[in-house]
Amino acid sequence: MNAREAVFANIRRSLGVTGEEAPRRFEVEARLAKAPVGVAPKRGQGDLDGRLQTFKAEAERAQATVEAVASLDEVPEAVARFLRDNNCPATLRMGADARLAAMPWGSTALEIVHGPSDGHDLNAIVIAFAGIAETGTLALVSGPDNPTTLNFLPDNEIVVLKKDEIVADYEAVFAKLRGTYGKGGVPRTLNFVTGPSRSADIEQTLLLGAHGPRRLHIMIVG
Amino acid sequence: MSVIATTPKFKENAHAALTDARLQGALSFSRNFTDRRAAAADRLPEFEALRDSARAIKDHTLAHLDLYLAAHEEKVKESGGFVHYAQDADEARRIIVNLCKSFGAKSATKAKSMIAEEIGLNDALEAAGIEPVETDLGEYIIQLRHEAPSHIIAPAIHLTKKDVEEAFRKAHRGLPANRDLSEPEALLAEARAILRAKFLAADVGITGANFLIAETGASVIVTNEGNGDLTQILPKAHIVIASIEKIVPTLEDAAQLLRVLARSATGQDASVYTTFSTGPRRPEDPDGPSAYHVVILDNGRSSMLGGEFEDMLRCIRCGACMNHCPIYQAVGGHAYGWVYPGPMGAVLTPSLIGVAEGGQLPNASTLCGRCEEVCPVRIPLPKMMRHWREREFERRLSPAPLRYGLRFWAFFARRPALYRLATNIAARALNLLGRGKGRLSWAPLAGGWTDYRDLAAPQGATFQSQWRAKSGATK
Repeated sequence: MNAREAVFANIRRSLGVTGEEAPRRFEVEARLAKAPVGVAPKRGQGDLDGRLQTFKAEAERAQATVEAVASLDEVPEAVARFLRDNNCPATLRMGADARLAAMPWGSTALEIVHGPSDGHDLNAIVIAFAGIAETGTLALVSGPDNPTTLNFLPDNEIVVLKKDEIVADYEAVFAKLRGTYGKGGVPRTLNFVTGPSRSADIEQTLLLGAHGPRRLHIMIVG
Repeated sequence: MSVIATTPKFKENAHAALTDARLQGALSFSRNFTDRRAAAADRLPEFEALRDSARAIKDHTLAHLDLYLAAHEEKVKESGGFVHYAQDADEARRIIVNLCKSFGAKSATKAKSMIAEEIGLNDALEAAGIEPVETDLGEYIIQLRHEAPSHIIAPAIHLTKKDVEEAFRKAHRGLPANRDLSEPEALLAEARAILRAKFLAADVGITGANFLIAETGASVIVTNEGNGDLTQILPKAHIVIASIEKIVPTLEDAAQLLRVLARSATGQDASVYTTFSTGPRRPEDPDGPSAYHVVILDNGRSSMLGGEFEDMLRCIRCGACMNHCPIYQAVGGHAYGWVYPGPMGAVLTPSLIGVAEGGQLPNASTLCGRCEEVCPVRIPLPKMMRHWREREFERRLSPAPLRYGLRFWAFFARRPALYRLATNIAARALNLLGRGKGRLSWAPLAGGWTDYRDLAAPQGATFQSQWRAKSGATK
């Protein structure tokens, strides 16, 4: 008997089952197919404006900074201003997202590079898959459009979040994922990000910028 | 066994911890956890309902564990990954070391994993010539000090910044000796720079998993630092090590558990990074690991199913029980002598390493019940510690004075008239001995208690005689 068979045999012996019982199999298949939603906190619910207010308040509670930007076309100017105001160099890394490519970067003096990070970038910009009002959390998905390394290696991460993509809770993001990628077909990485990186491992002192970004700046567009 | 346990010496360990002034200073910081958890729970009206939901999900999954494990395996394979099973620590170490060798690994970054501690993975990697690099700040510090974690989510909580400075000065040679490392900010900045280079150089990244999702085949990790993500997206291979009970059915089920996990652990509404990883990078992806392997460890857990310790398998490793435990707060995690400290460790350790080795830990409890009050998945920890005490007694493993003492007490307890007489005499004698002050700084056979605090002495009649007098008066 190999290890897999031994582990399964021992589990079934302890549970007193064979693994072939139809009612058990049916129950498991049904749960996996339906993915029932459990207790959904009220905090994140509400209309779009309510969700926007909750998202902003919760993200700021987690030490992210939040800025409203009227349209996608105004993002480059806002990015340049943010970097200038924080004494950051005028460089920016981004992925292949067509919405980023369509922005008027030429109107700024920013030096733009494309593709995943090699660990030496100071600033990066990505577009979020969704925002979660309940805890002020960003949902970011991997792929060529917005490479995952951009969420972790640069010191300053700027995230563009379209206002109408702020949803109530985690469950709403999972529903959106299944709608976009088909059930079971998820991207390699889904990141939920709530505020900048931090550690409290030394004497319980909370410090920002442990291994990931020291700053997380969210631009809500629309 | 994988890690040498000093668990049988719990009494000596605890005694040393109580008289260690430096440790006592460091432990005072753990108080923050309880206040923050209470505030986070109060902020969410649905918190108690979520605890019930979390418990129900875990119970349902454990009752169907074989089927959910099989579903998870199917999905991992579909996404291009591999699943390995290990019956014990030895098998798990062998699988991981062989995988690392197959990727030609010289170094492996690691995100904090209690299962990796349980199987003693770092020693096995080193023996195979592969440098293990812990990347969680706390875990990195204790790796430099060649120590075990003293807390399951705050592994270096037993240390002060002075201890960390000493460890860094010793390990980070080549940096200016006169650099200022007096404040946590400077220590973090130095660790960040050193570990950034290690992240970029690693060939393999090893993470644990807070959850494995049967529906999609994803592994889920939760961190605040981002180290778990850099560990898995930069090297060419990502290896996940997790035990069988980490499975949950769906993404929705994981969301229920995540809501109670962060709040119970650190008092955050959400941890900074919650990451769902499914298989290796897709053909079009510009980053992420090219290979994805999950190693699923049993190590005695399947035998806990269906028995009186099954509830322990609901544990999501938040650490709330130890944060609220008066014993843990007094002696810290190292006294427990193995991987898992506090109340959850007191129940789990005898299950995993045997009651002969771990039987002392369930006695390290006042049975005050705070652990059960705060457990996000409502594990009846005090009841299970009592189960272990009974087993220890039945197997004649408890110390002789306790066994004879209990027998002595049982002799009287079975003879009510004699019991009343004896307790009346004892109460009067102790009252005299305490000279009416109500406390004793010394009593025969009670040195273990009175060395550290006074023993409360009875003042007046016993409960039974007071009760009889009272009910006689009201009738």
